[in-house]
Amino acid sequence: MNQMVTAGVAPLLVLGWGNPSRGDDALGPEFVARASALPPPPGAPAVEWLTDFQLQVEHALDLAGRSQVLFVDASVSCAAPFQVEVLRSASDHALTSHAMAPQAVMQVFERIHGSAPPPCTLLAISAREFELGSAISADAQGHLAQALAWFDGWWSACRGTEPALPSTDA
Amino acid sequence: MAFDLETASEPGKLRRVAIDPVSRVEGHGKVTLLLDEHNRVQQARLHIVEFRGFEKFIEGRPYWEVPVMVQRLCGICPVSHHLAASKAFDRVVGAMPITASAGKIRRLMHYGQVMQSNALHFFHLSSPDLLFGFDSEVNRRNIIGVAEKHPDIARKGVLLRKFGQEVIRATAGKRVHGTGSVPGGVNKHVSAADHALLKADLGKMRDFAQDAVTIAKQLHAQNPALYDHFGAFRSSMMSLVAPDGALELYDGDLRVRDASGATIVDHVPDQDYLNLIEEEVRPWTYMKFPYLKAIGPDTGWYRVGPLARVQNCDYIGTSLAERERREFVDWGRGEPIHATLAYHWARMIEVLHTIEVIGELLDDPDILAGERMAGDPARAQRHANGEREGIGVIEAPRGTLIHHYRVGDDDLVTMCNLIVSTTHNNQAMNEAVRSVARQYFDGRAITEGLLNHIEVAIRAYDPCLSCATHALGQMPLDVVLIGADGSAVDHVLRSHTGDWSRPQAGAPSTATR
Repeated sequence: MNQMVTAGVAPLLVLGWGNPSRGDDALGPEFVARASALPPPPGAPAVEWLTDFQLQVEHALDLAGRSQVLFVDASVSCAAPFQVEVLRSASDHALTSHAMAPQAVMQVFERIHGSAPPPCTLLAISAREFELGSAISADAQGHLAQALAWFDGWWSACRGTEPALPSTDA
Repeated sequence: MAFDLETASEPGKLRRVAIDPVSRVEGHGKVTLLLDEHNRVQQARLHIVEFRGFEKFIEGRPYWEVPVMVQRLCGICPVSHHLAASKAFDRVVGAMPITASAGKIRRLMHYGQVMQSNALHFFHLSSPDLLFGFDSEVNRRNIIGVAEKHPDIARKGVLLRKFGQEVIRATAGKRVHGTGSVPGGVNKHVSAADHALLKADLGKMRDFAQDAVTIAKQLHAQNPALYDHFGAFRSSMMSLVAPDGALELYDGDLRVRDASGATIVDHVPDQDYLNLIEEEVRPWTYMKFPYLKAIGPDTGWYRVGPLARVQNCDYIGTSLAERERREFVDWGRGEPIHATLAYHWARMIEVLHTIEVIGELLDDPDILAGERMAGDPARAQRHANGEREGIGVIEAPRGTLIHHYRVGDDDLVTMCNLIVSTTHNNQAMNEAVRSVARQYFDGRAITEGLLNHIEVAIRAYDPCLSCATHALGQMPLDVVLIGADGSAVDHVLRSHTGDWSRPQAGAPSTATR
């Protein structure tokens, strides 16, 4: 295994994270599940779809060789139905080692590769309910549907090397 | 029981400093310091999120679903829960013992898990602000100096972690939420392709792990005054050990040694844990406080995790890690090491040991072929009420993890009791906070640097915030200072990037680390 080799990786990475047993926290993995079932727009680059419980240092390895990366997570602070942000790498300051921000994953990429990470975009889907064992709430389901509609445009726009982001107005 | 500094004599005259890392959903970890009129610490309490509700979530479910379900407890050590539950349900299906292949594949999975979790700390050794966020420039320079001698720490830490996850994928089926372990055994062997993949990188990973121990050692050697005394306090220690007293992470008996290193109890079967420990409830926190039943809550509390394991065992059964253990023990000059920061050194010794064990298991043909399942309903372990019952105890990355279940005739779980390592360490983490508070807070102004010391003490234990969800948009740190009259004197928010702001004063970010 050579984890630094990037030949053959899909140009796009879509990485959603969250706990599928905690209501709206499942928005990230659920987004990936539904988006990966969509028919690719004509001519759109190939996508690798990843989900995880939370972001960690090793996800920096998953960024290598990509032309674009889309991070997807539930958010308690973004405006409904969702917000899109182009990310810049930044350090993290966590009390425990349990989870990282996507900006910090980008910084880990810089530290271990010595170069800038690929362009990374955050899709934050508005979330409110996190009860153990509950399903994604009705409101969040609506936000998810609108985020998926936005994603179709993002994926199409990834044709070429530097896609222009579609409007985030839902 | 009220410990020194835990309950002040006149709390109404104290002002409170709350360090509040906001978690996602069900409360938050918080440090509360009550200061008197002269800014002396009179009371210190650490509040950590407990995974409330998960036991009820499990009860009523078919037992065979549980080893997969419990992985959703924790995103950082799901395999530990997966295996602890599997071990408990082995007894429910009468699989005592499981087959040789199943035992070795599970062990491989578990050592991959412990290694990849501990490897995160190796990565963080390159980040002085994260693991060692001291305010002293001298201390910072020392740490940075060690890190500069090992410019590849971060990369090696990431690759070690990735390797551990590949071990998990090869044994559990997936690197997240695997299904490889089931009641009575495992459902797959390691494939030839995965075996070759892991073998190819093993030597490199062993070298990385050896580097990790060297770095941790150098930090202690370079500044013993700091590393041997920061957040230090004496305590008993509990862990599993093998029948011959060796370090054991997957399956063994419980041993407790006191603060002087004398063995209090030895080779307590894991099925007897309820005869060994009890849990105390205190009114100010949801997290319980376990203690040794025979000694009582006042002095019967203990520590778990790498610091306990490396010192509780008589030896480590792999040569490189055993050499490092001896050096670690020698550092204590005949006394157990109680330094909070020594957790990191012990963790790195475990990284080396787990890599060595992974190498031994990859050379064992039983992981590639052989009987996978065992079980005989007639041999199922039973509770006094006739229900089937099983207890699974394992050494998770942060310490001893206990799963206890009973199952009815309809195969549904009727009782679930989980004690995670962070709960075992609850009193110890409070002690660490109090130790730091005594050393750094008395009579001094409340600064970011001083607050960082408390964070450093907590991070050494890396408490599990397993129940937390991970939605974006929360602040990782919320600091509130409340005066003697009950009003908020100060309020500081820190973002995940380390910036500070004071929302009450309306001031923008006032400090960065």
